[in-house]
Amino acid sequence: MTVETTYLRHDRPLWRRLLLRPEAVLIVAIILVIVVSIIVMPNYLRPNPNYTFSTLLLNAAPILILALPLTLIIVTGEIDISIGSVLGLSSAAFGLMFAAGIPLPVAALISVAIGGLVGAFNGVLVTVVGLPSLAVTIGTLALFRGIAVGVLGTTAVTGFPSAVTSFVRSTVPGTPIPWLIVMFIVMAIGFGVLLHFTAFGRGVFAIGLSPENAAFSGVNVSRTKFTLFVLSGLVAGLVGVLFTLQYSNAIGSNGNGFELRAVTAIVLGGVSIWGGTGSLLGGILGGLFIATVNKSLQVLGIGDDAIYVITGTALIASVVVSSVAAAISQRRRAITSTA
Amino acid sequence: MSHLLELHGVAKGFGQVAALASADLVLDAGTIHALVGENGAGKSTLVKVIGGVYSRDAGEFLLDGESVDFRSTADAKHHGIAVIYQEPTLFPDLTVAENIFVGRQPYTRFGTIDRASMRRSARELTAQLGVPIDPDREARGLSIADQQIVEIAKAISLNARVLIMDEPTAALSGVEVDRLMGVARQLRDEGKGVIFISHRFDEVFALCDTITVMRDGRYIATNPIADVTVDEIIRQMVGRSVENLFPKEEAEIGHVVLDVEHLSRAGVFEDVSFQVRSGEIVCLAGLVGAGRSEIARAVFGVDRYDSGTVKIDGTVVPRHRPAAAMALGMGFVPEDRRKQGLAMTAGVATNITLAIRNQVAKAGFITSKLEQAPAAEWARRLHVKTRALDTHAFMLSGGNQQKVVLAKWLATNPKLLIVDEPTRGIDVGTKAEVHRLISELAGTGVAVLMISSELPEVLGMADRVLTVREGRLTANIARVDASAERVMFAATHAPDSAVET
Amino acid sequence: MTRTQSWWEWIFRARELSLIVVIVALVVITTLTQPQYLFSEGGVRDLLRTPALYIALAVGEAIVIITRNIDLSIGSILGLSAYFCGNLFHQAPALPIPVVILLTVLFGGILGSVNGLLVAFLKVPALVITLGTLYAYRGIAVLWIGGNFIRPEWVPKEFTQLALSGLFGVPWLLIVAVVVVLLAAWFMTSRRTGRELYAIGSNPDAAVLYGLRTRRLTLLPFVISGTLAGVAGVIYVSIYATGDSKVGLGLELQAVAAAVVGGVAVVGGAGRIWGVALGAFFLATLTTALPVLSIPSLWQQAVVGVLIVGAITLDRVFFVVRQRQARKGLSA
Repeated sequence: MTVETTYLRHDRPLWRRLLLRPEAVLIVAIILVIVVSIIVMPNYLRPNPNYTFSTLLLNAAPILILALPLTLIIVTGEIDISIGSVLGLSSAAFGLMFAAGIPLPVAALISVAIGGLVGAFNGVLVTVVGLPSLAVTIGTLALFRGIAVGVLGTTAVTGFPSAVTSFVRSTVPGTPIPWLIVMFIVMAIGFGVLLHFTAFGRGVFAIGLSPENAAFSGVNVSRTKFTLFVLSGLVAGLVGVLFTLQYSNAIGSNGNGFELRAVTAIVLGGVSIWGGTGSLLGGILGGLFIATVNKSLQVLGIGDDAIYVITGTALIASVVVSSVAAAISQRRRAITSTA
Repeated sequence: MSHLLELHGVAKGFGQVAALASADLVLDAGTIHALVGENGAGKSTLVKVIGGVYSRDAGEFLLDGESVDFRSTADAKHHGIAVIYQEPTLFPDLTVAENIFVGRQPYTRFGTIDRASMRRSARELTAQLGVPIDPDREARGLSIADQQIVEIAKAISLNARVLIMDEPTAALSGVEVDRLMGVARQLRDEGKGVIFISHRFDEVFALCDTITVMRDGRYIATNPIADVTVDEIIRQMVGRSVENLFPKEEAEIGHVVLDVEHLSRAGVFEDVSFQVRSGEIVCLAGLVGAGRSEIARAVFGVDRYDSGTVKIDGTVVPRHRPAAAMALGMGFVPEDRRKQGLAMTAGVATNITLAIRNQVAKAGFITSKLEQAPAAEWARRLHVKTRALDTHAFMLSGGNQQKVVLAKWLATNPKLLIVDEPTRGIDVGTKAEVHRLISELAGTGVAVLMISSELPEVLGMADRVLTVREGRLTANIARVDASAERVMFAATHAPDSAVET
Repeated sequence: MTRTQSWWEWIFRARELSLIVVIVALVVITTLTQPQYLFSEGGVRDLLRTPALYIALAVGEAIVIITRNIDLSIGSILGLSAYFCGNLFHQAPALPIPVVILLTVLFGGILGSVNGLLVAFLKVPALVITLGTLYAYRGIAVLWIGGNFIRPEWVPKEFTQLALSGLFGVPWLLIVAVVVVLLAAWFMTSRRTGRELYAIGSNPDAAVLYGLRTRRLTLLPFVISGTLAGVAGVIYVSIYATGDSKVGLGLELQAVAAAVVGGVAVVGGAGRIWGVALGAFFLATLTTALPVLSIPSLWQQAVVGVLIVGAITLDRVFFVVRQRQARKGLSA
């Protein structure tokens, strides 16, 4: 008994820990989709102005960016399904301000601020009033979209300066990587560090694992959640501006359904919808997986319409798979423990 | 003639933890059978096996001499077994009458629920129990005593032959306890078999016919109540003499660390003032629901309070901010370690370092590598039994889980540690370890505020006992004056009649 | 036990009464602004038949919310069912109308049971499942219908008559809706299973300990809401006799709004069906009244949002206030 106890850092060896990580599975799946596509579709790699690597990334960028703060919210066990509408609201505000002659940078800043403000509105209803985030954001999903559609009417604001719009669409010189993706990578690193390498991030996980335990451990649960909803709103506001410029079009329906695509990417990436587990990288890989599948479908000539079915089914499949996997591992644990 | 209910060698495990190793119980119709044992002895698990919540891993289970195998609670109910759990399980939005009859409401000829007859039956049932409750009111907001009456009414209306009451008196006042005991006797006289679980020996001896003792998930002994004494039962429960359990060392009692003045929260506690000094262990004693945990939670800042002040070393602690309380040197080992003390599906290291995450961070950044050293150190100091530091907390035994919680809080280097039911649900060996730890901690000058429902623990550990009754402090008893009778009296009587301190 | 209630609490508790007052006020104000709203050819008829669609959807949604779940897919189920119905008239003109109606309703029920089975057996949050089927079903509709649409000539005259004619001036469709409400209200208040649905929403853990058949009770509301979305699909075709792949888009939000405005608790366990019906009636009336009151119909969705957020916030605030009063009362 006097022997100094030593502990292993990990119960299982590295390869076993990595093997069934959703991130690892997704990387394999993405490679598989690409390889199979190359074999099955001879024109997959042939340059096609509509389906280049750059457009693939450009189209995926808004969802990938929206998914960053949403991942943190889902890790706390909450949800924000109003982000698509916040995007639309910011886009509408941005378009109207541009049409009214307000300088673009000012309009952009105000639009992002509006995103933050409505994010704070969600946050207050969840943390101060104490409502379930699902009910709140279903309501604000309708509310924010309704305001966007209401103020813009049936009109669309177009004609943004082409210098700006083409910059938003441009790539890093000499590479197929869009500047938007560079921005995304910077933001992803920021959010990744926040979630995985700070005390704040430890608190985020603690809330998702057990809100009461988090509160007892000195985590300010309300403030953390409020901060995340504001962040989510700010980011959705930012994406609203970028999306408007990307397509040079401010309409009320911008970002419709993006909340679904972001949630799908995150859940597909192994982030538990119950909160407490998952990684930022998982959500990103989930988003890239959906984008890759989309590209293959487009090359195959299956229209955009199929994407709804694919995304919806992928979302259901991902939760079903994770729930079945959890059940199996639980059973296995029960068997080994009685043995 | 066969017995009403008979269990032999029943076992049930969860993961690596065996909640029940080998439980025996024989219940006869027309008797009240006490089931006693320390927290964690497996009583509640046994009750859940009988009630069909868990299926047993091994052992015999006979009802009227026939082997049964319940697959669900509905199945158990169908066989005439009704359980009143520690936490009443009512539906707050439904009326009292409906709560009694959910799923079995009487129908009229037209296939519509016969509300009039349901209401009438409900009124009769509660009146028969001596506690008329308005059958039309929502269950939300009923007192715990009334909720239990509703549960019992439910059981009677089911025509249950076996009625199990799992610590029904823990949260009741004297009058309510008497009433409940009357109901239990009434049921016995009607020929039903009653299993009564309680920590209070006076009740057990006043009410029961037979007594079965359990320890560490095992059957120890069954005796007619007339043949045993309280001392014998305690010896059987603990497995050794009581004195060894509480090695409270004399510690030098120093300056005031915690100073609570006139703390009030409407409807929960009122005008609570007390102090805890460095090196001192102060126990808050009282019935479950008297407001002990609520006071402690408000002091720490997890709950709000309406008025009053809390000071640590003379500095006022801001309200409702546990982080601020921690920064001033408070720690809190909560009552429910699964929900409040630990993240069950996170690793040992993650749990130990959660409360010190700001100290562990270097330049604001944390990596799991930085967490390893403090986690390993504190796990080692507390002898946490685990192979690896990423083992999830739910894989550990109750005692080891509690050690992880203690490690988490000792790592914060507290000036004041609040421990709420620190030994609930852990085995006897670990219990002694926890007691030793708390005592050592006080020896190093830490102020300890302890809440416990176990009188021997209170008497063994405390330098001072503060009794709480209905949200008010009723007595301040020094160690030398503390006796079981005195503490119980103060905990159940209004302060004016309490012994002068 | 009598507790003094403040006036606002009383008004709030008498939710149905306030809704009736609001609806009447809305109709009166709108008619005063624009007499044609009520006093024109088909004015009353329109006022009475539009709610039928909303009522069918809202009642189903309400039952799901009462069990502490949510069904976001009903708008898409309505869309698919409507096209299924129109297409059936087109492809099989020989089928009697009641058979077409029955098949459509059954179709909706099957789509709903997919949600229910996934939620009940895999213990996956309803939000995720029904958000998934919201898009999957809509996508199927888009793929199936494409640029096509239900053509008025497919739909038999007798069928559209259901929306046009009625009994003593009450359109048949409203009568259908009233029957749905009566059946649902009877089921939820006077049948054991209905009460068990309230119980499971009120305290799911207790429901397990009590031995309620939780899987079945989780599945059932989704089947009901799918079936009623199918009914709504039939109603849609009967009223409009046309429709593309966008039919029903976003109507799930209106249904949620009707349910919470009608007094269903977002956390489950409470809410009356006829309150929900009035909530739906209110929403439908608002939809037709807004343009008349010269508020562009574009603002309709914003109004829905305000209603949802407002209703759940007020519910919560009153709940907290009542809790606090109860606690103070206990200490006094």
